[in-house]
This record gives sequence, C-alpha cells and structure tokens, in this order.
Amino acid sequence: MSVWTSYRLRLKRKQCHLRALRKRRELTEVANRTDAVGSDDILAFSTIRNECIRLPYFLSYYRDLGVNHFFMVDNGSDDGGREYLAEQPDVSLWTTNASYKNANFGVHWLGWLQRKYAHGHWALVVDPDEFLVYPFCDTRPLRALTDWLDTSQVRSFGTMLLDMYPKGPMDALPYAAGQDPFEIANWFDSGNYTITKNPKYGNLWIQGGPRARAFFRDNPIKAPALNKIPLVKWNRHYAYVSSTHALLPRGLNLVYDQWGGEKASGCLLHAKFLDTFGAKSVEELERGQHYANSYEYRAYHSGTKEDTDLWCNWSEKYLNWRQLEMLGLMSKGNWA
Amino acid sequence: MSLGIVMLVHDALDRAEQLVRHWAKNGCPVVIHVDDCVSDDDYTDFVTALSDLDNVRFCKRQHCEWGRWSLVEASQTASELMLKAFPDVRHILLASGSCLPLRPISEMLDYLSNRPQTDFIESVTTEDVPWTIGGLDIERFTLRFPFSWKRHRRLFDRYVEIQRRLGTKRTIPAGLVPHLGSQWWCLTRKTLSEILNDPNRAGYDRYFKRVWIPDESYYQTLARRHSTRIESRSLTLSKFDFQGKPHIFYDDHLQLLRRSDCFVARKAWRNADKLYDSFLSDQNDVITGAEPNPGKIDRIFTKAIERRTKGRPGLYMPSRFPKDGYEGNVTAARYTVLEGFSELFDGFDTWLTDTVSARVHGHLFARDRVHFAGDTPDYFGALGDAASLRDYNAKAFLTNLIWNTRGERQCFQYGPRDNQDVSWVIAKDPNARVYVVSGAWAVQLFHSNQNFSDIRREAARLQKIESDHLNALRSGYARARTHVWSLADFVLKPAEPLQAVVDDIGPRTATRLSNFPKMRPLHGFGQFLQDLKNQGMHPYLMGDFPAGHDLVPDSQVQHKPFLVK
Repeated sequence: MSVWTSYRLRLKRKQCHLRALRKRRELTEVANRTDAVGSDDILAFSTIRNECIRLPYFLSYYRDLGVNHFFMVDNGSDDGGREYLAEQPDVSLWTTNASYKNANFGVHWLGWLQRKYAHGHWALVVDPDEFLVYPFCDTRPLRALTDWLDTSQVRSFGTMLLDMYPKGPMDALPYAAGQDPFEIANWFDSGNYTITKNPKYGNLWIQGGPRARAFFRDNPIKAPALNKIPLVKWNRHYAYVSSTHALLPRGLNLVYDQWGGEKASGCLLHAKFLDTFGAKSVEELERGQHYANSYEYRAYHSGTKEDTDLWCNWSEKYLNWRQLEMLGLMSKGNWA
Repeated sequence: MSLGIVMLVHDALDRAEQLVRHWAKNGCPVVIHVDDCVSDDDYTDFVTALSDLDNVRFCKRQHCEWGRWSLVEASQTASELMLKAFPDVRHILLASGSCLPLRPISEMLDYLSNRPQTDFIESVTTEDVPWTIGGLDIERFTLRFPFSWKRHRRLFDRYVEIQRRLGTKRTIPAGLVPHLGSQWWCLTRKTLSEILNDPNRAGYDRYFKRVWIPDESYYQTLARRHSTRIESRSLTLSKFDFQGKPHIFYDDHLQLLRRSDCFVARKAWRNADKLYDSFLSDQNDVITGAEPNPGKIDRIFTKAIERRTKGRPGLYMPSRFPKDGYEGNVTAARYTVLEGFSELFDGFDTWLTDTVSARVHGHLFARDRVHFAGDTPDYFGALGDAASLRDYNAKAFLTNLIWNTRGERQCFQYGPRDNQDVSWVIAKDPNARVYVVSGAWAVQLFHSNQNFSDIRREAARLQKIESDHLNALRSGYARARTHVWSLADFVLKPAEPLQAVVDDIGPRTATRLSNFPKMRPLHGFGQFLQDLKNQGMHPYLMGDFPAGHDLVPDSQVQHKPFLVK
C-alpha cells in the first residue's frame, strides 16, 4: 500500500468519524442504561424500524449467546417497538426520525454510539433479522469465541449473510412474536456464491444465494453483498465504511486467509423472508431509504407479487452449524 | 506426601483457587507464583482465600513474559521454595493456573510412586522438532534474543536477521546438549535439586537468559545432564496451535478428556464450568489404571491446524480466499472436460452417460444457458442455468459446481463457442482432465447451410479462440492433464481415444468398449476445408484432410458401426 493510499484511507476514516459526530445530534435518548455496562461486557448494536414483532426473539437469542448489553437506535417506529425496547433492562435506546439513508444506512448513528461506548469491548453489529451462528455455538457461549479471538490476537470475526427462506410462498405461514423464525424459513442455498476481492478496502465481496438467482438474474452485479464483519474488538479509531461489509483500518477486513488455509468464520442467518416481507417491501419502496435507491426492494417487489417461492429442488434444509461447516459456508479454522 | 505442585498463576484467580484447593486437599503441597501483573488487592484476596490451607505457600512475585527468561526464573524461585518447605515431596509438577487434573489425584500419586526415579519431561534434540514459529530451531540456542517477540516483533526479526548475516554465533556452554520440549514437566526431587544446585548454574542461567523461549529448553536441556531416567513425555496434555498458543478445552471436550486418561490437561477455558465441576468434584474417583492415551485429542487438534494452514482445496468461502497459485488445487475434485466430441458424434452425451459412471453434462458454458445433465434448470447447491449469473463469475461457477458435487465425477463438454473465461482456470487446474479433438467445431459449420462467407468468418473466429485455448493448455503454467488429437487423427483412429476417455473416468463395466457413438458423416469434408483455404482462410487445427478423397478409419475398426463410408 502506497503512502498516498494509506493517507487517503486515513482521511476516509476520519470522515466517517466526523459524520458520526455530526449525526449524533439526530439521536434522542430514550433509555440510557450504559452505567450497567461492565468493563469486559459484550455489546450489541442495532438499528430498527417497525420490527416490533422480531424483537422478543432477537433479544432472547443474543442474551442466550451471552450479549450483555444492547445499544438500539429506533428509526421512527410506530408499531410499539420503541416502547417495548425502552422497558428492557439490558437495552439502551435512542430514537430518531431523521433519514436512514443520509446516516449512511444507520452506520453513522451506530458509529457514534460505538465510538462513545464500545471502546475496548467486543461489539456485535447486527440487524434485528440477522442471527449469528459461529463454530460450536450450540455448546460454547459467545464469550468463549471472543476469549479465543483475544488470545489469538484476532480483532475481527467474519461471517456470511445466509438468506433463509421458507418452502412455498413467503406469506403461507404467519410469524408470531417470540417465535424462532427458522422454524418457518429453514431453507438456504448451499453452493452458488461468488466471491471477489475489493482492492480498495481488502474485504471480500460475496454475492449469490436465493436473492441473486430469483431477483438479480439479469443484473447480477447489483445483487446484494453478503459479506459481513459483525463482531469486532472495538477501538474508537475504527469505523464501518459501508454497513458491516467493510471496516477501516483495512487490516480488520482480513477475516479470510490468502495462503490456502481457513480462518474461523461464521454465518449470519438472515430471517428476512417471512410473511412480514411483503408489507415491508411495500413500505420501504415508498420511503426509498435503502441501498442503491431501494433497488433490492424494487427487484423483490416486481418478482414477489405475494407468492414468490424462493425454494428450489436443490435448497438445503437447515440443521445446525456443523452442516454449514461441512458445506463450506463457514469454518472452524483452528478453533477446536 | 510425594507430589508437590509448582503453580504459575497470572489470571483467572478464582479458578486457580479452586485448583489449588483441589491439589492441597488431596495431599499435594502447592507453591504458587502469582504474576506481578495481578493487582495487589487481588493478590491479597487470593492469599486470604487460601489461608486456611497449611500446605500452600506463595513465593516472591515477578512479572513473567511469554518466551522470556522471567518464566524460568519464576519457576526456579517457586521450585526452591518447594524443595525447602516440603522435604517429603518426591516429585514436583510444574502447572499453570488453568491446568486441570483429569484423574483422581490418588491415582496419579500411585502412578508416580511406582516410578520413583523417573523424570517426566519431554526433551528432544532440536533436529527432531518440527518447529514452525519464526523458523528457529537450533538458532534459539546460537543467536541472542534481547527483544521481546510479542512487544517488539520488528526489532526481534531485524536483530535475528542481522545476526544471521554477520554469522555471529554464541557458544553453547560445555557439557550442554540443547534439548527442547513442552514446558510442563514433572521432575524428581533429586533431578530438580541437582539442576538448581548445579555449581555452574550461574553460567547456565546467564546463557539461557538470551535463549529464545527458555522455558521450553532450560529444564529440558539440564535434565539431560542430571537425570538418570528420563521418560520423554509430559504428564500434562498440552496441544499447541500453529501460532504456538495452547489449544483451549471447553465443556464439549469433557468426554474426550475423560477418555484420554491423561493426568493433567492444559488449558481449560476459565468459564468451562462443566469441566471444572466434573473434574474437581470428589465423586470423580473412577480409577482406571490406564496409561495416558491422548491419541484422539491429538487427531482433533492436528486436523484443526491442518484446516487453518492448508484448508479444504477447491473451497472458496468467506474465510478462505487464496491468492492465485496458493489454492492447493483450483477445484475440489477431478473432472473431465471434453472438447469436440459432441460436435463429431451424434448423441455423444447419451452414449457417454450409458458408458461411464459419472455425471455427464452438456456445454456448461454455452452462450445461451447452462446445459446441465438431464437439462434441469438448476443443480447441486442451487446453481441456476442462467447464463448471466454464470458469466458474472465463470470461475466461481466451475469451482462451486465441483465443490457441490464432491464424491461424484463430473464431465462436461466445452468448445470455442462457449464462454472462454474459464479457459485458463481449467488449464491451471491439476484436477482437470482435458480431451480435445481440435478443429471438430468445423463439423457443425460443414453441416450448416449458412452463406459461405459467414461460415468462413465464423471458422476464422472459432479457430482463433480454440488456438488460444490450446496455447493455454500447453503453456508452462498449465497443470491440467491434457490430450489433444487433431480431427484428422481422431477420425482415422477413434476407438483408442474414446477408450482412453472412458478408462480415465471409470467405465460402468470392466470390459472393452464394444459399441461406439455414431460419427456424423464427413463425406466431402476435405473439399470443404479446401474451399475455406481457397477463400483465403487457413484451417490448420483439423490436421490433414486431403481434398480429393475422404479419410477412412483404420482397417482394424472397419466393422464398427461408426464407420464413415
């Protein structure tokens, strides 16, 4: 890396910090329980909008894994989600009605909170429909993973976003609050992902899966990115550049091995395709607050029409992390 | 009283307390060295918590750093106190604050009292240790290491480099033969006190202060000098990963650890409640009398290291994306690429499907769409037949397909009309078996009734593409196993190449081929090529087709049904 590139990336990082600093004014504190955060607690950060129905399972899933405190930003929910979160003893909540898009899709809001509260902690950044699966997650808590990453002097943990979908139309089975979404959406694509390396930030760019084959057949380059680095031992000098796809400094993006070996990695199971999806895509289309002018939602919507079935003959039914490991979607690396 | 524990503690004091209590209550005196990095308050609490035990001592504290002399010094201080304070102790075990005893202490005491003269210390000469970190083996003893590997890596590496360049070498003290091994030992009182009271100790200590990772060589080397009987293995089960850090045991290793029959394991995760509870409970007194057998655990950790360093060849995933040339193999399994066969024979795919036990696809990289076997719209791993998705990353399509179908041999047709993005990928892949009938694409043109000028243009284009592809297959970078026949050679002797293809893939029956696919008629093909030449194009990939008469396959196969009349 030349001195010039390194300098430019440094500026970019500073720019992210400045923007986060400016965007902090958009946040209004609803419940601040950060006094309760211990010095080596694992923290989760998330932005929500009208996802009340997802919250009970989301919170219980991550509490069980061992997340100690949740930092949530509510982007103008009117379905009671804000009130629900404000009552939770381990949630600190901020709210805003400002534009999600102008805050770099929530990155700046969370960036500010991370800078302020996450320094020196393991921080997990996930959406309410993303569920982290890592090697041995059925027998070892998240703390085991972060302890191991600490001793291995690894600062970031890479995952792939794995789109989960039901067999049959998405709205066939209604999702109820508190329910495990993967009782309904328990199928996934096992082997149609494409990877390229992003030379600018050094992260991998992964695309594919059911969304690519169903909605982006004619324009694969627009297919959503599935590479995510949600778990980072945070330092106030770090910054997410675009969603959780890439970080600065660039070394944090090296969650993959380039010499033939495998590093440990996980999957983020994506419970987007439930019966709630139709309504959500209509709403998001109107708001136009999503990535690339909501291209994703538009593509879904022209494809969906209430009855799109993402399931195909070669879909795999989800069992556990060992299955994902065997299929090569995640790896134990040298964690045994 | 026969076993004393020298324990080095630097964190997880609550667990250390539990362990000390377990050893002490079972009659083993413990001398504890607490790292200086532990705060005074925590230290005082720790000492108070253990004050009810009369066979526990604390020695002078100092800060220990990984890979440095301070670790040895701490164990020396603690060992001296142990020898002085507990004269009954016959064996001394060096343990850490996370070394978990796996078998009843009484059983361990029996084991040791049956071997009163034996020192259990892994100790091998440097030539026999496949040491990876920093690539240093004998150099650990002949270079100086004044800089910390952890804190000043650059200086460390630079200084090693300088010494190598200058060729400086330290002299190893007379009488010492450098040995390496696990730092967790169990020595007899006799050996340990001889090491500590060696008249040359000051000199040895001075020497080892500048050796790299002396805790893995100090006792290991000196024990060779003083011991009468060395059993070169550690009683502590301790596995290291590729960075030299110990593997950690979790609750889910419980059964594995039980069955290992090892005495002590390093190291257990501090929150592995199930491990601590079950191994430190008093009910854990099943005496097996078995010899330690860590084979199964060894295998698991060896596999982990292999996965981390070599990975699964042919897999591209979020945590394995090798640079060009470091993939191991480009793809996961062997596959066959057939070029020109389906142009030359009618129903070649069907014939091959019946003949070999493998999955026979059509032109996977055809321009219009992916022609999977059986013309299905999707395939293993939910690969679709859309050309757009495939062409978006053709290499990934190929590697995905081969990865997804591991365990079943794949064959597919390929040719100059297909997407050429994978041409080099196939050429560089040792798993590829490529069979080319060069120039066979012309057969289709020969049978078409397009304008001859269009045919000529198309022929020139295809010939250029195939020629580039053949150059890739023949280049110095190519690692695929390739067979190329010109069309003319193939038409003369088709049986042998077909037999070779079938034999390599694996025939359904062991007998020689008896029925062959039907070759498309080539009557007048020589003249067709001559016409192309007359139009100014030079078709050379097909080999020699005389313009005047047709090629006739060899007499030995004349009775075969594919014969060209």
